[in-house]
Amino acid sequence: MLRAGEAASTRSLLRVALATIAVALAAMAAAVIALGLGSMQVSAVDVVRALVSDAGNAIETVVVQWRLPRVLLGLVFGLALGLSGAIFQSLTRNPLGSPDVIGFDTGAYTGAVMSIIAVGGTALVIPSALGGGIATALAVYLLAYRRGVHGFRLIVVGIAVTALLGSVNTYLLLKAELWTAQMAAIWGAGSLNGLDWGDARNGLAVIGVLLVPLLWLGRRLRMLELGDDAAAALGVRVEPVRLALVVVGVALSAVVTALAGPITFVALVAPQLARRITRAPGVQLLPSAAMGAFLLVTCDAFALNVPPQALPVGLVTIILGGAYLVWLLVAQSRKEMR
Amino acid sequence: MTTETARAAVEAGVPDRRRRRLLGLAAAAAALVVLVLLSLALGSKPLPLGEVVTALVRDNGEAHTIVVDQRIPRTVLAVVVGIALAVAGALMQGLTRNPLADPGLLGVSAGAALGMVTVVRFAPAASDLAQVWAAFGGAVLTACAVFLIGSMGGRGRSPVTLVLAGVALGAVLQGIASTVVILNAGVFLTMRSWQAGSVEGLGWSTVATIAPFVGAGLVLAAYAARGLNAVALGEDLATALGGSRALTRVAVIGAVTLLCGSATAAIGVVWFLGMMVPHVARWITGPDQRWILAYSCLLGPSLLVAADVVGRVVVIPDEIPAGVVTAVIGAPVLIAMVRRRKASGL
Repeated sequence: MLRAGEAASTRSLLRVALATIAVALAAMAAAVIALGLGSMQVSAVDVVRALVSDAGNAIETVVVQWRLPRVLLGLVFGLALGLSGAIFQSLTRNPLGSPDVIGFDTGAYTGAVMSIIAVGGTALVIPSALGGGIATALAVYLLAYRRGVHGFRLIVVGIAVTALLGSVNTYLLLKAELWTAQMAAIWGAGSLNGLDWGDARNGLAVIGVLLVPLLWLGRRLRMLELGDDAAAALGVRVEPVRLALVVVGVALSAVVTALAGPITFVALVAPQLARRITRAPGVQLLPSAAMGAFLLVTCDAFALNVPPQALPVGLVTIILGGAYLVWLLVAQSRKEMR
Repeated sequence: MTTETARAAVEAGVPDRRRRRLLGLAAAAAALVVLVLLSLALGSKPLPLGEVVTALVRDNGEAHTIVVDQRIPRTVLAVVVGIALAVAGALMQGLTRNPLADPGLLGVSAGAALGMVTVVRFAPAASDLAQVWAAFGGAVLTACAVFLIGSMGGRGRSPVTLVLAGVALGAVLQGIASTVVILNAGVFLTMRSWQAGSVEGLGWSTVATIAPFVGAGLVLAAYAARGLNAVALGEDLATALGGSRALTRVAVIGAVTLLCGSATAAIGVVWFLGMMVPHVARWITGPDQRWILAYSCLLGPSLLVAADVVGRVVVIPDEIPAGVVTAVIGAPVLIAMVRRRKASGL
């Protein structure tokens, strides 16, 4: 009996590993294609050649100097959002408990808009976005807290706070100069436009640092899913671990929001799609990360190349992700009906 | 037993209920009158009430100009939009039997807004009336989608599911609208003042454009009220009573489209008003939809006029749009509602 269980768990582990590798490869392929797209089309072979060798020609300038930082950030930001979503969805035990749904992004936007209007430039956007986002997430969590945080209460409180901050944002934009307001609105849509190697280095470094504690926390997150008592019985110190997970999850999402603006719904959708592919119970960190990277790179390539004029990628993710959420809810309702 | 005799039996048991409801209605009307007078008197240049009344009957210089040309039109608009949103909210709550239903939360306003944005972007020369029709187009599609999602699901379905679906739908529609707006500075300029839910600087032409549609919406709402009472008894009983549920549903969707589309076309998306007002109404009157609608017609405009007045006086000479004020009031109300209980009770 025990052996049969072990075999099943090995099979499911294998499946998770294979799915993760497949999604990661798809993300790489999407990245290579994205590097080739633009006003100067470059074939996939030439892209790879430019990446590995030091040819010093025009193709290398375009691919490595101009396009690579954006695509790299697309991959890494997607990875960070996927992880952040997976952590929150696992902690709240609810697919909708992701940072974008509970008001983190809108709060970050409010912080950023305030600083853009007050300071008159983008100098303080990053710290104010972080401050606004973290304060909002904290407020939503506390407002929803009543003998524990019930999933749906958290979400409705998040919706209420998001609506409130959304109209405050509208008001702030209304009072600002047109040029400032439009700049803030574009930042608020979430875009990888104009990110260069400097941003890429910062983003990669911070996210890289944040991944280190996850190596240690990942296994404990899985144990927390069994329930606090069971996790404690397995030797997990529940409260400190949970706090550490929240901090890492918020930070991962915050870095992305600070550098690129609020890119919504990737954190929500990636863990869900990953779960469907791996068919594993619970939330999986690695597949979610790979899926997030794939989604963001694909959406960004789409936003940049398909419409007549480049769009902020956040608009593409909000449209696709929102549609997916509607579908998810409808599918859930239909299942209940049967 | 028909609904009529059932109701008669219930009302005989509570003889003074009807009187209490009528008294409450009179009180609500009085409150609205007071708020309207305040709205005429207060602003960046406050006027004494005596002067306001004089200005209404004859030309007494500056006061006359301020009251008649600026404050009366915006107050009338706030009243019309307040009625429209409150009644739309009451109808949506009645049909979905969901206490959290609100034209803003469920995305119907976002649908109307997308219709407007599309017209402003692609046909800048279109008349105000064409914009209103475009808003109807967006609103009717969203309303149908929301009610379709709302009619799915088993008995144990949480009211939150519908809200989530509405919010997601609204996010999609708003994403599309933002896409249109962000790519075009001219549209951005037009839409950003409209999006905030402000009646500032709007006049008779806006009122005249939407008033007929709001009127038609109210007629439909009055027709649908009885059917909604049957819906509230539960699907099985409603079928047994023989009321045409399909007809009720069509009337409600038509009314919500007209009311919410007009309101959104006039002043943009206003959050939570349509959710809060019917709750207060239900709290006073009990579950009869006809009374809820009647109260909503008075309480809705009261709330929006009050929000407009507050927005006008807190940051003189600047103004906070009424829609921002209602969101600031409404969000805590929603939070209190979900904290209080399991948010059922319809």
